[in-house]
Amino acid sequence: MTTKLQRPRFLDLLKIHMPVGAVASFGHRISGLLLVLSIPFGLYLLDLSLRSPQGFAQVAHWLTGIGAHLLLILLGWLLFHHLLGGIRYLAIDMDWGVARDTARRSAWGVLAGGILLGLLMGLGL
Amino acid sequence: MSLRRASGLRAWVVQRVSAVYLLLFTPLLVGKFLFYPPPDHTAWVQWVSNRWVAIGLLLFFVALLMHAWVGVRDILIDYVHPLGARVLLLTLLAFGLLGCGFWALDIVLHAGAH
Repeated sequence: MTTKLQRPRFLDLLKIHMPVGAVASFGHRISGLLLVLSIPFGLYLLDLSLRSPQGFAQVAHWLTGIGAHLLLILLGWLLFHHLLGGIRYLAIDMDWGVARDTARRSAWGVLAGGILLGLLMGLGL
Repeated sequence: MSLRRASGLRAWVVQRVSAVYLLLFTPLLVGKFLFYPPPDHTAWVQWVSNRWVAIGLLLFFVALLMHAWVGVRDILIDYVHPLGARVLLLTLLAFGLLGCGFWALDIVLHAGAH
């Protein structure tokens, strides 16, 4: 344990070719972190919308703009990427989809499904 | 060693139990806004102050904040190595999440009381 690291290190993220599972995994972390950072904003909107009819109207007005819809699409993407990735991890915990082929296919499913459901949520709201 | 292993296991369990609740509740919440958006302030307050909705929401915030704690904690432990910075960020995270929890409690319990 006293010997210094002798292993070669190669951590240039732009040159490493990451398997799709790694992309989905990074995405799970980044989306989770951004979702956590959005909690106070969500609480602020919830608080304001419940406080008074004026507050409700204000929040409803904010949520109808084009910028709000772009934000909602982004939020929906983060949310559903994270949810689908979570389902995938729970399944893998239960030994379902552990084989490499299945795991790669489900990772692609998470990436695509997150974008699709995020678009649906952002456009539908 | 056994203590560390136990705390790691506890975090692992907390993360998965809270995940299951969030997996059930979050799509319900999104679906409610997609298909039955509240028409006005009165209806919105009534919905939130319905006893079962309020309980569901409070459980949601408990699960969400515990899930957030374990998740961000894991990220900080993986990427922030200087001890001081790690402790500082973990402390900020803990107080921030606790603050959010009390805020959410106040919002849900006092919906319509203003």
